[in-house]
Order: sequence, then structure tokens, then C-alpha cells
Amino acid sequence: MSAVSDFSDLIGRNLAAQPGYAALQSQLEAFYFLEADLLDNRRYRAWLDLLADDLTYYMPMRANVPLAHNRSDEFTTVGEGIHWFENDKWTVVKRVEQIETGIHYAEEPLSRITHMISNVRIVDAKPNLETAQQIAVTNRFLLYQNRIVDDTTTFVGRRHDRLRHNAETGWQVHFREVIIEQGILQSKNITNFF
Amino acid sequence: MEHSDLKILVDADRGMISREIFTSPAIYKRELESLFTRTWLFVGHESLIPNPGDFYLSRMGEESVILCRDRTGEVHVFLNSCTHRGMKVCRYDKGNAKVFTCPYHAWSFALDGSLQGVPHFDDLYDGVLDRDDWSLLEVDRMVVYKGTIWASWDKDAPNFETYLGDAKLHLDMTLDCRDGRSGGSEVIGVHRWKFPANWKFAAENFLGDSYHNHSHGSVDAIGIGPSARSGVKGRRDDEMKAAQHIWISFPEGHGVHSAMEHPDAEFIDSYLDQPEIGAYFRHCYEERRRRLGNEAQLIPFTGTIFPNTSYHGRQPRGLCAWHPHSSGETEGWRFFLVDKDAPTAVKDFLRHYYMRYSGPAGMTEQDDMENWLYASAASKGTIAKRLKLNYQQSMGAAKLNDPLPGLVATQMSEHMARGYYTRWRDYLEGRDWDHLLGVGDPRFSDGEPVTKAGRA
Repeated sequence: MSAVSDFSDLIGRNLAAQPGYAALQSQLEAFYFLEADLLDNRRYRAWLDLLADDLTYYMPMRANVPLAHNRSDEFTTVGEGIHWFENDKWTVVKRVEQIETGIHYAEEPLSRITHMISNVRIVDAKPNLETAQQIAVTNRFLLYQNRIVDDTTTFVGRRHDRLRHNAETGWQVHFREVIIEQGILQSKNITNFF
Repeated sequence: MEHSDLKILVDADRGMISREIFTSPAIYKRELESLFTRTWLFVGHESLIPNPGDFYLSRMGEESVILCRDRTGEVHVFLNSCTHRGMKVCRYDKGNAKVFTCPYHAWSFALDGSLQGVPHFDDLYDGVLDRDDWSLLEVDRMVVYKGTIWASWDKDAPNFETYLGDAKLHLDMTLDCRDGRSGGSEVIGVHRWKFPANWKFAAENFLGDSYHNHSHGSVDAIGIGPSARSGVKGRRDDEMKAAQHIWISFPEGHGVHSAMEHPDAEFIDSYLDQPEIGAYFRHCYEERRRRLGNEAQLIPFTGTIFPNTSYHGRQPRGLCAWHPHSSGETEGWRFFLVDKDAPTAVKDFLRHYYMRYSGPAGMTEQDDMENWLYASAASKGTIAKRLKLNYQQSMGAAKLNDPLPGLVATQMSEHMARGYYTRWRDYLEGRDWDHLLGVGDPRFSDGEPVTKAGRA
């Protein structure tokens, strides 16, 4: 079962009226805005600290499929086959190292990037919202990227995140599914982080 | 455009090529008409349509085609355009169907392409429309070769193996099982992405442009290969370090970079990150040696089958189709290959490696796209177009049929590109098939001219 399907069970849930929701959502928004600031200011090493060591961070590919099949066939399935990417923490660190070499020409000179994060919704919290240690969150992103002169890309999409809290690290993302609203990718490259 | 103009655009003898061939809309139009309508084009793989009724949308040149398997198991390739009013009869990328029903007026076509349903036929068309004349347009030639599916719109095209010529040996090694059994690969995923560069930059890159290694310095420095977690640098294992590299141009326009191992060579430790994966590949290596004998000395690296199908032979392993969109835009399709009967753990290891290497998010190939984009963009200018591009590398260094068939260099060389663009020009000039297969090409009877550019 794809992670899209895992989240599809959660997406219709509305926890907003439950005790503790507003406080936790506010904490999370602060987390996401910090993440965006770190990325857009190219503080990649600090951003890596927001990712858990057992990270799965992937972007499925999508296909045009008949309505009757769209749950099972539209998205590639995490853990199977090929996606746009499926990174563990080691691979994300490698991607940061690659940028730091100064000879990764697709990011040298660096792109100018802004992340806009919105629609942050907590759809699951364990053990509960007030003492949450594990949460599932959906949100939207708008990512504007421009490089060199007029090489400009806008990625718009959704993130399905699972975060874990511990006293030492605070909140960390250990699962992130990045869904963009494209089948055939309309960008030459994906050199950025979502 | 006259033939003499084309001669000026591609001056292979002096190793100079006009930038116009990468930028001109007029030349691009001619490519669509004279080249993509004739050559064999890679359209997909059997493993994408395993069952009767399965279909997969593909492309030939700029046009959408439907790859499907009919009820009897036969594979077909159809132009994806209704014979009534032209609407795409299929807009799903993949699936299983009994018929293709056009959304516009509901003409429906069976899996063998025949026109089946015509609404209100009795009232509107009886005695007028002969259904047999209005099937979906099927390609003139189609072949399933070791699982890969190829097609041509030219009924007079030579059969596929003739078209491949001696490049067959090299393509085979990409398609065959790692232990030397013939065929047996499957596609585990397909990247499809659009980039703003002329399609020939991509095709040329895979002809064996090993000179561009520099571009990938970042991944070589940090290490992303199958042994990278064990501290090995580079973007792949150094499987060919003891082998003689060879760069070959073929009469049909294909080009490859392969390598010949010493007859007594042994497996070079690789896939160190997971010893059981390394053991598997060692087993495959030894089994291939046992099965193929001296033929196993040859190992594939990269190649382009004329005009727009490229492969990576080993690490990573897959096929690319560089579909043209315009003179300045290309849609890249990369089909990732594994042995169908490889253990699950091997497939899982490989898919991770493939994704971090290849495609738009691949750490290696991102830098290729950057090159192709700006090489296209910076060749458009009025002043830039006055300058020829330089293709003089290793002129005259290649030898005929030594040690393998073709024009073979044992040093990095651009003679594959010189051969490729010579053939490209022949298609645009509308030459006959003998000519297009390189019959009478002096390079393959006398070798390449050794004259230096400007002194010829």
C-alpha cells in the first residue's frame, strides 16, 4: 500500500476542535517556517538536524490513469520501484555535500529559492494532541526557484509528513512524501529540497 | 534548404559542425519529416504491458503512440489519433482496456486497431463508410527485441538487426542478464521529464562522450556509487579499471563506449555496501564468463542507437529515449532495467542507486541537464551562430575492425559524433537505405581521414 493511501485514511480527519490542537499546530508552523528559512538561506547543515536518522523522504511519480484505478496506479509506491527520488538520511547528507563541493554545476552558482508553506493540518497525534510524541501532518508548498538568468521553476504541491518528538532534538521529520501536481515533470532538474 | 547547405552544416572531415543543427526550427522540422519517420525508434518494453489488454502511452518523434497487447498476446504500436476527427483516443498513461473509445464522437477501436464501434452507423454511415479503411494507424514496422519494443514508420526500413549492425553486440550486453543469459530484463520504472535543450545533445552525450567526465566532479568527489557507504569515492564502482576502453563508431550512425577485459581478468570487488549484493554480482560475473567464454571480455558502458535511444550498460543500467518537442525542448524518458529474476534485495539495492544517479533528481545527471540547457541557449545568438562547434578530438586515431567490428578508438574520441552527424545529414538529404546503413562510406573501407582540420 502506498503512503498516499496511508495518508488517505487520515486526510478526512478533523482534530481542530480537540484540546491541545491550536498549541501543537502553532508549534508545527514554527517548525515549518524555521525549516523554510534554513533552506532558503542555504543553511543546509542546520536543516539536516530537523531530519531523523531513520528518514524516508521521497517524491512519487504520477500517471494519468482511469478514475477507477486512481488510488492504486496513479502514484508510484514508496519502497518499490522508481520515483523521482527516494532518499534516506545518508543520501540527503550526500546531496548537501554535493552542493558544498562548489562544482555541482546544476547548483553552482546556487539557485535562488523561496519556500511558501501553508495549509498545515495535524491529522494524527499519538498518544494525544496535548502530549504528542508522534504526529502526522499535511501541508502545501509553493517553491519558487530561479537560477543564472531566466531559468525559473515553480513547484507546487503537498507534503505528507510524519514527525517524532524527543527531548534532545525536538521535532524531527522521519517520513516525508512530496507530491507535485505534475505527471511528466515540467522541470529539467530537481536540485532543491522540499 | 539545399543539400549543399547541409554539407556545410556538418563538415565531419574537418571536425566542425554548425550550431544551427541544434537551434534552427527549419532544421528541426526537417528532422521530424525525414529522420523520425524512417529510423527505428525505441518505444517501450514488454514488461510494461505483460497481459492482454495492457497498454502504455509512448512517443515516436513528437507524436503520441499507443503501445498495447491485443487479446491474442500480439504487441501493437498505433498513432494515438482518432481516424475520424483526430482526438487522442487514449489519454491514460497506462492501463488495461478492451477497446479505445474516442472521447469526441465515440468511435471505438479494438486492441488490434480495427474500427469497431461507430455510433449510429446504420443511420449515418451505412453503405458509405468502410470500417476496414479507418483503423488506427499502425506503425509500418515493429519488433520485440529481447523485451524492448522498437518501431518505424518506414515500410522499407531494413529489419531491426540489420539496422543495429555491429552495435547489436553492445546493446545486447545491456539487455541480457548479468550472468550472460540472453534477454531477461524488466523495467522497474520510467522517468519522464521535459528539459530545454536540443534532443541531439542528449543523444550525443551517450555516444561515448567520455570527455565530459569533468562535469561530474562533484559526485566523484563525494562518492555516490554502490560502494560509497563503505567510503569508496566515485559515482560507480571502478569495474573497468583493468580493462581496455574502446570507443566505436558504426556505419549506421550508432556509437558506443565499451571496454575489453583481459582474458584472465577476475571480478573486481564492487557493491561493497552490501556484501550479499557483491556476492551476487560476483556470481553473475563468473557465470557469464563460463557461459560466454572470451565474448564475456566485452563489457558495456554507454551507447546511442541512432538516432535517439541511449543506454547505460551497467552502473546504472537503463535505456533512454530522447523525444523531441521542438528545436529547443526535449522530453527525456529513462527506462530502468534489472534482471527480472534477480533477488528482491538486489533489485532494491539497484533502484536506490539508480535514483540517486539518474534523471532530473539524479545527482549525476542534474549536471548533464545544466550543460545541455546552456549549450543550447548559448548557441542561439547571431554572433554565436557564426562559430562552428569543434569535433576534432582524436581525428584519425580510430582503426577499422580492431579489436571489434566498427571504427574503433582506444582513446577518448569524437569520431562517434562525427559519424553520427554524417548519418544524420544523410537522412535529412533523403538518402536511400543502403546509404543510410553506411554502404560505401569510405570511413568503413579506408578509415577516417587523418588530415588535420584547415590543412585538408
